Formats: sequence, C-alpha cells, structure tokens
Amino acid sequence: MVELTIDGTKVRVMEGTSVLEAAREMGIVIPTLCYYPGLTSYGECRVCLVEVAKGKGRSSLEASCAMPVEAGMVVLTNSEKAVKARKVVMELLIASCPTSKTLQDMASNMGINKIRFAIKDRGCILCGRCVRFCKEQMRSGGIGFVGRGTSRKVATAFGVTPVECRNCGGCEWICPVCERACTANNLVNGLCGGCQNVAPVETCRICIGCSESVGAHGHSVY
Amino acid sequence: MEVDFKRVDAIVDSYGCNRDSLISILQDAQSEYRYLPEGVIRRVASRLRLPIIQVYGVATFFKAFSLKPRGEHLVHVCLGTACHVRGAPAVLDEVKRQLGVETGETSKDMRFTLETVNCLGACALGPILVVDGNYQGQMRPGKVKSVLKQYRKGAEGN
Amino acid sequence: MNKLKSAAELERLRKKIVSQRDPKRTCVVTSVGTCGLARGAAGVAQAIAAELNKDGLKDTVDFRTTGCHGFCEIEPVVVIYPQRIVYQHVTPADVPEILSETVAKGKVIDRLLYTDPASGRKIIYEQDIPFYGKQYRLLTDSIRFIDPHNLDDYIALGGYSALSKALFDMHPEEALDEISKSGLRGRGGAGYPTFRKWEAMRSAPSYDGIRYVICNADEGDPGAYMDRSLLEGNPHNIIEGMIIGAHTMGSHDGYVYVRNEYPLAVQNLGIALEQAREYGFLGKNILGSGFDFDIKISRGGGAFICGESTALMASLEGHIGEPRQKHIHTAMKGLYGRPTDLNNVETWANVPLIINRGAKWYTKIGTEGSKGTKIFSLVGKINNTGLVEVPMGITLREMVYDIGGGIPDGKKFKAVQTGGPSGGCIPESLLDLSVDFDRLNEAGSMMGSGGMIVMDENTCMVDMARYFVKFLTEESCGKCVPCREGLDRMLDLLNAVTEGKGKKADIDLLEELGGVIKEASLCGLGGTAPNPVLSTLRYFRDEYKAHVVDKRCPAGVCKALIKFTVDAVNCTGCRVCAKECPEGAITGEKKKLHVIDQEKCVKCGLCRDLCKFDAVLVS
Repeated sequence: MVELTIDGTKVRVMEGTSVLEAAREMGIVIPTLCYYPGLTSYGECRVCLVEVAKGKGRSSLEASCAMPVEAGMVVLTNSEKAVKARKVVMELLIASCPTSKTLQDMASNMGINKIRFAIKDRGCILCGRCVRFCKEQMRSGGIGFVGRGTSRKVATAFGVTPVECRNCGGCEWICPVCERACTANNLVNGLCGGCQNVAPVETCRICIGCSESVGAHGHSVY
Repeated sequence: MEVDFKRVDAIVDSYGCNRDSLISILQDAQSEYRYLPEGVIRRVASRLRLPIIQVYGVATFFKAFSLKPRGEHLVHVCLGTACHVRGAPAVLDEVKRQLGVETGETSKDMRFTLETVNCLGACALGPILVVDGNYQGQMRPGKVKSVLKQYRKGAEGN
Repeated sequence: MNKLKSAAELERLRKKIVSQRDPKRTCVVTSVGTCGLARGAAGVAQAIAAELNKDGLKDTVDFRTTGCHGFCEIEPVVVIYPQRIVYQHVTPADVPEILSETVAKGKVIDRLLYTDPASGRKIIYEQDIPFYGKQYRLLTDSIRFIDPHNLDDYIALGGYSALSKALFDMHPEEALDEISKSGLRGRGGAGYPTFRKWEAMRSAPSYDGIRYVICNADEGDPGAYMDRSLLEGNPHNIIEGMIIGAHTMGSHDGYVYVRNEYPLAVQNLGIALEQAREYGFLGKNILGSGFDFDIKISRGGGAFICGESTALMASLEGHIGEPRQKHIHTAMKGLYGRPTDLNNVETWANVPLIINRGAKWYTKIGTEGSKGTKIFSLVGKINNTGLVEVPMGITLREMVYDIGGGIPDGKKFKAVQTGGPSGGCIPESLLDLSVDFDRLNEAGSMMGSGGMIVMDENTCMVDMARYFVKFLTEESCGKCVPCREGLDRMLDLLNAVTEGKGKKADIDLLEELGGVIKEASLCGLGGTAPNPVLSTLRYFRDEYKAHVVDKRCPAGVCKALIKFTVDAVNCTGCRVCAKECPEGAITGEKKKLHVIDQEKCVKCGLCRDLCKFDAVLVS
C-alpha cells in the first residue's frame, strides 16, 4: 500500500494505482477525455493535469491518469496553476474540434467564454481511445495513428477497411467527441454552450463523462 | 506497380528478418523503387509479421519515406538554423520558382522532387542545396538557376 | 588477423604497430569528413593518391585521409607532417605543386596559406591558427591522426587500453565509481549525471536478464554536427566507451541509433564495428575476458523527436517514434521493457578517457558543476565556422571573439543561440557568462547538444523565434494536445507578427500559451519548445513591439515589413536585375536608373543578390 496526500487529505491505495484513480477513490473528480477504465492510460489530452509538489518549493503539472502513486507524494487537483493550464488546454481542444457537445459542455463548466486561437476543425482530438479499444479490447488492431504533428490522424492502412475489422462499432461508441456532434448552427468565438445555457443542469462542475443522460432535473455526482 | 517480391525479401533477409531494423529495411526498399509502393509495405509487414497499420504508420510518420512516386532528381534544401541565418529561405523560394513546385511536390514532368531537410550537418557551408546526393554549398538565390541547369540539360541532351 | 585473446596480446600488437611507424616520416593528411567532401575534398584526396603513385613517392611518403579537423571554414585542407604545414581551400589542381614543392623540398606555398584576419599574418603551422588557440581538443585532437577505416591508427594512439584496464584491472563497481567521481554529465543536452543513469540501470531487475546500452546518435538539433564528426572521424572511441559501459552495467547487447541524414557516419561506424569484431574487441569472449558484447546499428528515418529517449526506443522496436511519460524511467524499463541505458555520442567518447587517466585528473578540467570539455559547432554569422572543443568554464565572449574571430563584414553581434530549438538566445549583455550547464540554464537557455549559432544585427529575433517554432511544429509527433495544437497556434501568432498583422495582445498571449505548453506537454520536445520564444521575449521584447506597434522589422528581414529600392547613387543601369526579376517588377532603360514597382515586388531578394554595384537597398 502506498500513502500519499491529495488536496490535503492522506490516502492509502494499492501500488500501481494512478493518481487519477486514487483521487476518484476519494471522491475527487478530475476531468478526463483520453482516459478510459480498462484501456491503458495514454496521457494525450492533458485535461487531467494536477499539480505535484517536487520539493524545494517547486512543483510540476502531470497527467494524473498516467502517473503512478508514490509514497509521500503531495498532489493538488484544483490548484490555480492546474486549473489555469486545464483551461488553456481546453481552449486548444475546442479550437481543434469545435463541434463536439462533450467539449463544449466541458468548456462551459470550466467557465471558458472565449476561444482566443484560430479554429481549425480536425474533427478528432486524437485521444486514441478508438485505437486502444481496437487493439487492447477487441485484439484486432485494424486502426492506428498515421502521419505526424497536425497531420496526425486515426486511419486504416491505405484507407481501406482492414481485414482485422470486425464491425464491432466499438471505435464509434468509445469516441468522446464525434458521438456527440454539436448541432448548434452558430458557434460564437468557437463556443456554443447552447445546451448548457438552454437547459442548465446541475452537473458536477468538472467532468462530463457521467452526464450521459442529463436531463433538466440535473443529477448529483458522488 | 509491379513489385518484385524477391528483391524485397532479399532486403528483409539481409537484416535477419529483424523488426528492430524496420526503418533500415524500408529505406533500402525505397532506394530500389525511388518510393514505397503499397505492395512493398504490405510485403515487409507480412515478412516481419507486423500489423499492416503499424508498418503503414511508420512509413507515414518518418520524413524519409515517400508513398508517392518521386522525380528523377531529388532536390534537398537545408533549412537548418545555421543555413536559415545565412539566407536559406530565399534560396528555397528561388528553387520553388525555378522548378514550379512546392515543398514535397514533384514537377509535372516527373523530373524533380523538392524536399527540405532540417540540418545535414555541414553548417560551415550553408546555405546548402543537395541534388541527387551532390552537395552545393554557399548558395545564393542567384546561383540556383545555374546549379539546376546541369540536371535539366541531362534529359534534353539525351 | 587473429582475434586478440588477452590484454598482453593487445599490448604486443600495439608495440608492433608503433614500432613500424616513424613519426619523422613525411605524411600527407587531408580531411574527408562530410563538410570537406561537400567542398570537393574527394577530388583532392584522389589527386593526392594519383600524384604519389606517379612520382614514385608512395614508398617514402605516407598518405592518410582523416575525419574533420574542426576548422571547417578552410576546408578542403591538406596538412603535411611532421612539420604540420597546413594549406587551405586546396583544389586538385594545387596537388602536384604541393607534392613537388612542400613534400619533396620542404618549401612552403604562400598562396595556399591561411591568413589570420586579425593580424593579417599568414599562418604556416596548423597549431598556430588562432582558431585553435583557446581550445582544449581532448576528444577531437586524435581525429587528425586517425583514418577511420584503419583500426591500427586508433590502437597506435593507445586505443582500447581503457577497455583492457576496465576488463582486467578493475571491478565494474570501481569503473562506476570513477565515472561518478569524474562528475561526467550527459552531453546530449540535459546534462544529467551519467553515473546515476548507469547505477539505476545496473541495479534494475530484468525479467530475463537482458539489458541494453544505446548510443543516441540522432543529433537532430539543426546547426549541431559534433556527433557526426566524432562518429565519422573516430568511431572506435565511441565503441570502446560503449563496451566499457556495457561491462560495467552487465549488458551484452548494444545499439547505436544514427540519424538517417548521416550516411558517412553510418558507413564508417559499420566498417569500425566489423574491424572491432575481427580483432576481438566485440563479440564473444572479448580479449579473453569471458565478457560477450556486440553492437548493432539502427538508422533513424528523419524525425527530430527520435532524439528523445522513449521515442528513440519506440522507433527501434519498429513503432512510430512516439514518446511516453517517463514516470517509470527507461533505466528501469526501456527497450522491450528491459533496463536500458541511453547516452549521447560525446558522453560515450568521454568514458575511455576517464577510465584511462582517472577521475581525479578529469575533474581538474572545467568548473565546479560542469567537468571536462564540451564540443560545440560554432556556426552562423561568425568568421571562423567550425567544431570547437573547449574546457567548461570558458566564456561565451572568448568563444565568439577569440575562437570564432568575431562577426564577418564588420557587423555587430546581436545574440548567440545555444541548445537549438530547446534552448534560448543569449544577448550581448550576457556574453561573459561561462559555458556551464547551470549558468546557461539560469540565463533561460541551456547547454544543449552543442549547437552554437551566432547572430548579427541583420538577424531578426522574432523571425528566429518563428523559425524554431515552425521547425518544432514539423517535428512534433502530434500525440499530445499542448504541443500539437499549442505550437501550431503559437506559429499562427508569430506568423501574424512577422507579417505585420500582429496586435499588442498577441505578445501577451504568446507568453501565456508558451508557459502552458512548457508545463503541460508530455515530453521534452513540447516542454522546451517555447524556450526560444520566451527567451527572445525576455531579451528582445522591443523587437516584438516594433513589429506589432510600428509595423517595422528593425533587422530588415521580415518580408512584409521591408522595402527594396534601387539606390540612385550606385545604380549603373546594367539591366541585370530587371532581366532576372521573377515578377517583372523592375523597369529601367540601359544605363539609366532602375525602379522597383512596390506593388509587384515579392521581396525575393534576387536583385540584391545579383547586383554587382550594391545598388539595391533594403529598408
């Protein structure tokens, strides 16, 4: 068992647990996108950033989903530094994939009201959930990452349906953004927030993952 | 594009059919065909028992590989920092103008392919233009035309 | 050649080789490293070989082709021993005269001598060239004595004696201790203490006993070519270092990952490995010690990110070069999940030296926190371009002026960039900073792998920042959001600024975005990518302001903000520019003043380049 401090509270978890999971065990919710229980952690979206003390008054931001707990670790999940970085990361996400209800709602919940970067709709946040699902859960591995930098895409070899594909639809189902395509007609400054503004709900202010069937009555988390 | 499997197999075998030589294998295969045809990529994946998407991913990730046929002459302009400071962008613009292509493209007559490189390690000679492995140092936009002339002449002379 | 089966056999061979060599014998040396070859050194070498044959001098005069001697500015270079007379910019046509006059009669050919621009004196002997004056060529000096295709040259200089000592006279723990006491820090850029890596890997458990040592020869920093020079000129130095390291850490499998753009380094390394195996320095039962070890070469495919350790290993395994988080270090779980030690070329090159001469001797060189020497590639707007090896602690001023010979064309020094795209620029006010890992970090830059790019008053710092960010957007693997999308938007902002479309708020946004990318990125590429922008903002904020507020580029570089005009005083009306102008923007009759149509002008600079009368002005 490993003992660490999260948001001022000591907690003991099994060795090999990630900081994200340890926080969740305590009821602390950290926003995530590329993380999915059952798949290996990837650390791509950087939305789950937390601040970790490094001694001598210094600290660093780490992706909590990919960081294993260490004895004596001191973690702050909602520090000013972490929240500020998450907001900019969220801005970049919307700037690269604006028509996604998931992302728009997350941004609204974070209090973002302006996207200051050029909107370039890639239609994908390259979280790799589909790739990992196909490889790790379905053991097929028919899709993967192709290209580099801003040209990086999830694709099949030579653009044809791979022989490994079993039409399970898992890649579509597990996608956090394309599943929930935003249907608002006009994005103002890259932002919509229409759904949240039209029918405000009491969702937990940070994560959108569990608000699948959000209704006007809202719901409470933990 | 007819792919001679014997040649590809020979290359794979020369590296002991080892996955850790994937990049070298693809590079040697590419120098045979001047680019990487689909058939070659599929054959390499099959011989090395690797998922095709993995080999395709590698072929599209690394700048050294081209999945499109390339021209007879490969023109590289170095855009390393030392060359940049000495005026490489102007040289690149002139080459683009002379060949009528953008970076990464091949001229319509399939004679020239233009690519940029991020440092060849010959910084004392910058800016550098390499055509078919022949280095031309201390380039100025004014020298581009004459350097390319010798390669253009080649075909006309035939 | 029978494999050497003991330390004694090696020493006997060494004595034999040395006894067969007469240091007083005339030897003609020419360097055929990549930079020499790019300037025609191959032709010179061929001419020398042919001429020696013709004159029948082959039996009395030795001929040796070596790697780079460091002073790239004067290549192709020919040096005649034993006097060490040096000739610069040699052409094949000069060769017969060199042999008939200097080699046969000892007469110096004046026109081929290097002239020191500072004193105006002609220099006869290589060691007198001011460029070498303040250097301490600990690692690089041997290159001039070694033909990289001939292992005997390396042995004659004492090569593989450190290996012998490490295998037979030292316990691996003692070797580790020497490296620890030496204070050796990684030469790849980050300056991590080498012994800590070795110690961590050595004690990490391996699920099947296999562990790896890797040499990172991916040298991706544009403008840096020290590793290329070492691998081309003295590959055995690195091989010896790796064998010692492998023995210390209990590894039997080594790799050298060389970037694709270095074909000569790959070739020379391949030949060296073959010869090392022949002699018994690699393979089974090395020198009869019972230790097995061999090295494979792995080539890169043109990706800067593969210089990062986890991306390199992913690429080596046959995957795309995508990094992973390093919470679990590669020393614990690296290549194929096994303990792996990865060190830079220059780091490995230091190992035999430390084992042979001892840590105590080594620590006398350098500063408190940075021991030993460092090789730099001094390039850009500098008179003496070349590869420089200096003791840590020398100041930047000494490097730029004493070694580098100052800025050409009487221009003013502006800044020097260290650490490549991960580093920062250092302005004139900080030139007395000493070359030291920690001092450079404090100034907002870093030592980096050794690329040192000098810039003058005609270099636009905003343009340089944009250049580095553009480079990194092309090299980003694209995995994580801050690097992939963040750098792309930083480039958008910098493009706007250099095109005169920037706003004052853009500068603040650049700083904010840069700060987040630094903290939030997954790997070192994103984590250091904002450094050039942040450091130019720190020291040259006025230049940014000029671009956005005054819409002016003080250095005269950013195309959208400059104007080309013809000088009425100097123009002779020769029509050359008008004929060549790709946009037909220049009009003028013969012998009359020409005029550039600003609407049509695309600022390509061709006219300025072609004008023999300095009649094209840039404002």
